Amino acid sequence: MAVSTESIQKNIKGKTTETSIDEKKIVYDTKNLNLWYGEDQALRDINLKIAENEVTAIIGPSGCGKSTYLKTLNRMVELIPVVRTSGEILYRGKNIFDKSYKVEALRTNVGMVFQKPNPFPKSIYDNIAYGPRVHGIRDKKILDEIVEKSLRGAAIWNEVKDRLKENAYGMSGGQQQRLCIARCLAIEPDVILMDEPTSALDPISTLKVEELIQQLKKDYSIIIVTHNMQQAARISDKTAFFLSGEVIEFSETSKMFSNPEKKETEDYITGRFG
Amino acid sequence: MKYVDSAQVQKNMGGRLRTNQIMKILFLISTLIGLVVLVVLFYRVLADGLGWINMNFLTNRLSVDADRAGIMGAILGTLWLMLVVAPVTMFLGIGTAIYLEEYAKKGRFQSFIQTNIANLAGVPSIVFGILGLTVFVRGMGLGNIVLAGGLTMALLVLPIVVVASQEALRSVPQFLREASYGMGATKWQTIKKVVLPAAIPGILTGVILALSRAVGETAPLTVIGIPALLIPFPDSILDKFTVLPMQIYYWTIDSALVAEYSNLAAATIVILLLILLIMNSIAVIIRNKFQKRY
Repeated sequence: MAVSTESIQKNIKGKTTETSIDEKKIVYDTKNLNLWYGEDQALRDINLKIAENEVTAIIGPSGCGKSTYLKTLNRMVELIPVVRTSGEILYRGKNIFDKSYKVEALRTNVGMVFQKPNPFPKSIYDNIAYGPRVHGIRDKKILDEIVEKSLRGAAIWNEVKDRLKENAYGMSGGQQQRLCIARCLAIEPDVILMDEPTSALDPISTLKVEELIQQLKKDYSIIIVTHNMQQAARISDKTAFFLSGEVIEFSETSKMFSNPEKKETEDYITGRFG
Repeated sequence: MKYVDSAQVQKNMGGRLRTNQIMKILFLISTLIGLVVLVVLFYRVLADGLGWINMNFLTNRLSVDADRAGIMGAILGTLWLMLVVAPVTMFLGIGTAIYLEEYAKKGRFQSFIQTNIANLAGVPSIVFGILGLTVFVRGMGLGNIVLAGGLTMALLVLPIVVVASQEALRSVPQFLREASYGMGATKWQTIKKVVLPAAIPGILTGVILALSRAVGETAPLTVIGIPALLIPFPDSILDKFTVLPMQIYYWTIDSALVAEYSNLAAATIVILLLILLIMNSIAVIIRNKFQKRY
């Protein structure tokens, strides 16, 4: 198996990994968030608290606003020109919509993995070194270390260590996606946002990515949007169910899938719609 | 009961196939007419000019004496002109394209500029000549030197570079920009490290096509005023100059006086076409070589 626990443990970022439930800190605190695309309201009065070192899954049918919400967390949603928001998102206690909040700083702390693997048309090495270089690291030795550490962290080092100079486009889709996760780790983020990261992958690659997510949550807080309810059930600690731009239910994953509170949640997870 | 009666279909088949043949021949003829005219033109030019092309013709100074006349001055003038046109159009053209595609908010201002660039591409080149005469030659008092001609030509071909660069930038997939922004890169870092490297083949193709247009263009320079017989070679962008198409023009109108001038014009056309062919080939090679699949 490519995911070796030994290599992962060697590369934990040095922060304490053991936190009991009560000690868990809040990473993201969303308060009364509304979002419009032009005239269409995509998010309605969202209130969510997302905890540190957990995997939080966001599920819901197409068009329910789950991807929009994820992209709001690192303000990528603003790349669409007609977006307006109201309310607050506190990241580590600071409102990310504040005028003085630098979006570049936010995105350095909050990495993102996209639906379709999107490596740059550069070598594997340059893909990983991209983020550190953007942040001013020029020293070849340091970059080498970051590249190795990130690739090990994404459990892909053994597959690519002999071809770091080759173009990333020569890799398989599953490898590309793990490369993108490694690239995200290279900026040493605090939170990793994942937007349906396995929807373009085959089952075996999906399994590898899911195992990787399990490893990563020791060091990172992960928020994952998924279309696949089994995936949410397999890998997440908490699950939020979105419907028509609203949070219908947010609870422990085990509870949501065994004993949902709301009728809509039950209908969705039992496959009655969506 | 079937709606499509097979007996009827069989009956009509012959007529349908005949019409198909006729249309095919019609389209073939339209293609050939253009091609034949071009071949005849090439043949005439080569027949008239090829015999006159030799080392002396390429390296001599201009002269009223057809036997001693050479086009080195016009070749140098063309090169000096490019030396002004290339950096100016690249800086202004690529800069404009980057602003419009990457920075400007999509709105009324952006679409206003966009429309004007499209209109600018349609303005007759002689009008640019008048602009150059008014602004650079007289307004700034430069006179009819390389710099004035180059700036005029740069404005003329600017829309080509802007439009080609915009298309090249637009063809860079959004997911690459997102990947860069997602790691906290600024807009400029994203442009410099991701967008431009991916767009550069398309941009370069546009630049070369624009330059080859500038190499062949005559009208704006006639307005600026190019001497019909300029014997000294231009040594800098501040010298008076002539270019290949201008020399073709002057020799052609003077061929009524000296018959050999038409041969000189034909020989110059061969050289000009050769230069244009090489430039366009480079554009095609760049486009094919760097074509990336995403």
